[in-house]
Amino acid sequence: MTIEIDNLRISFGDKEVVKGVSFKVAQGASFGIVGESGSGKSTVLRAMAGLNNHWSGRIAFSGEDAPLKRPPAFFRKVQMVFQDPYGSLHPRQTIDRILSELPLVHGMNDIDARIARVLSAVALPQSARFRFPHQLSGGQRQRVAIARALIAEPQVLLLDEPTSALDVSVQAEILNLLADLRVEQNLTYVMVSHNLSVISHLCSHVGVMIDGHMVEQVTAEDLRLGNVQHAHTRELRTLSVELEEPA
Amino acid sequence: MLVEIQNLHIGFQSRTGFAPAVKGVSLKLGTEKLGIVGESGSGKSLTARALMKLLPKQTRIEADRLAFDGIDIMSASEREMRQIRGKRAGFILQDPKYSLNPVKTIGSQVAEAWRTHKGGSKRQALEAAITLLEQVKIRDPKKVAGSYPHEVSGGMGQRVMIAMMLAPDPELLIADEPTSALDATVQAEILRLIEELVSERGMGLLLISHDLPLVSHFCDRVAVMYAGRVMEELKASELLSAQHPYTRGLLNCMPSLIHPKERLPVLTRDPEWLK
Repeated sequence: MTIEIDNLRISFGDKEVVKGVSFKVAQGASFGIVGESGSGKSTVLRAMAGLNNHWSGRIAFSGEDAPLKRPPAFFRKVQMVFQDPYGSLHPRQTIDRILSELPLVHGMNDIDARIARVLSAVALPQSARFRFPHQLSGGQRQRVAIARALIAEPQVLLLDEPTSALDVSVQAEILNLLADLRVEQNLTYVMVSHNLSVISHLCSHVGVMIDGHMVEQVTAEDLRLGNVQHAHTRELRTLSVELEEPA
Repeated sequence: MLVEIQNLHIGFQSRTGFAPAVKGVSLKLGTEKLGIVGESGSGKSLTARALMKLLPKQTRIEADRLAFDGIDIMSASEREMRQIRGKRAGFILQDPKYSLNPVKTIGSQVAEAWRTHKGGSKRQALEAAITLLEQVKIRDPKKVAGSYPHEVSGGMGQRVMIAMMLAPDPELLIADEPTSALDATVQAEILRLIEELVSERGMGLLLISHDLPLVSHFCDRVAVMYAGRVMEELKASELLSAQHPYTRGLLNCMPSLIHPKERLPVLTRDPEWLK
């Protein structure tokens, strides 16, 4: 599914937080958005997911303009994964209940088989199905959150800092899982993160946001080599490179 | 020696049994910067909290020696501990949002910290608070002193926390993930600030973090913890070329900007490490 964002503007009250952002994502590609807190990167993602109705401009999936109020069928194609695996799962529902919610709402059949399928897609044991979130580790919970997004068999996954609450060892597992899923299920990704190395690992194209503007779009390769124009991109890159090199 | 920890064991007694969390940790700290790194659940925060006796009552703590500047923490009374906490050892936590009082101005909170330990009048305390805010490089200390925590950014909030901890001139600063809630650019600034203040004042620093590269840049020595044990202790500058398979594993599974990897290696945990 191709994604086109054209001159997207979002305001909260009088304050404009996204000031005309445009970018395109090809079918099966992954696009990363980096920026600091308050740069508006998550706000862009939430508007794309249909979680915010106060935007202007154009958001289109497969060339089709998304309306302000999304029809239910939209959510079968586009799903979102949130940052905090501790906060995004209902604490008093079993994994089975959490995963059945969306198929029930959409009147899908074969819920049982679907759950079994997504659990194995995210490499969770079937025994995890009747556990509660607090009985799972952080990494396992993030797998559940990804499974919940996958159960609708979507074509687009919107990822909001999917690994920043996790240890690096678990982060590696989740990043590998996301990379595999993209190929297996032919998914298109838009990922938001503040971590340049995570973004450049998973995404081929990167947009840099500051203060509501997307000031630069570069390929991951150019970012690696340092072929960047904007001062903010250079600053973020320098910080990331400095940390990687021995003191 | 500012801090001496020898064979520290911490565990929790619960309804279903005994759960050990820290299993025989030994560390020493003088006026230097020691980093403790490890994954969540490795016991790094518990170790620091045990040192300040900040653990819940049902925690079982055993140690051959647990001392702060020669004072035996194991046998110290609550009264004696209050003389250490805040006054001689400051504690900076992860998120300033939860550590500051939301209904008091920043100035009055820093002033309170100063006055509790140093005495003096309210006016003196407020003046001292503004000097402290200046020392942590807040550009307009008067204005910040008059604002409430929700009116300042996360980085500014963390500077305020540091100012508050510095008020009684402590000898030791314990920073538990002081920058994990902050942006990369702010993170570097805050750590540089902590580093500067620690060297200037000749304090000891215990920096707890899960971020190995960060610790290797800002500490002198690093202890790597895994499952309640110290796997290895080494010079911070040598951390990125560490030999222990656990440390290597953690370093390898990080994605890198300059050296891209097709697939991230995952950490295989060896039961041998725990023997």
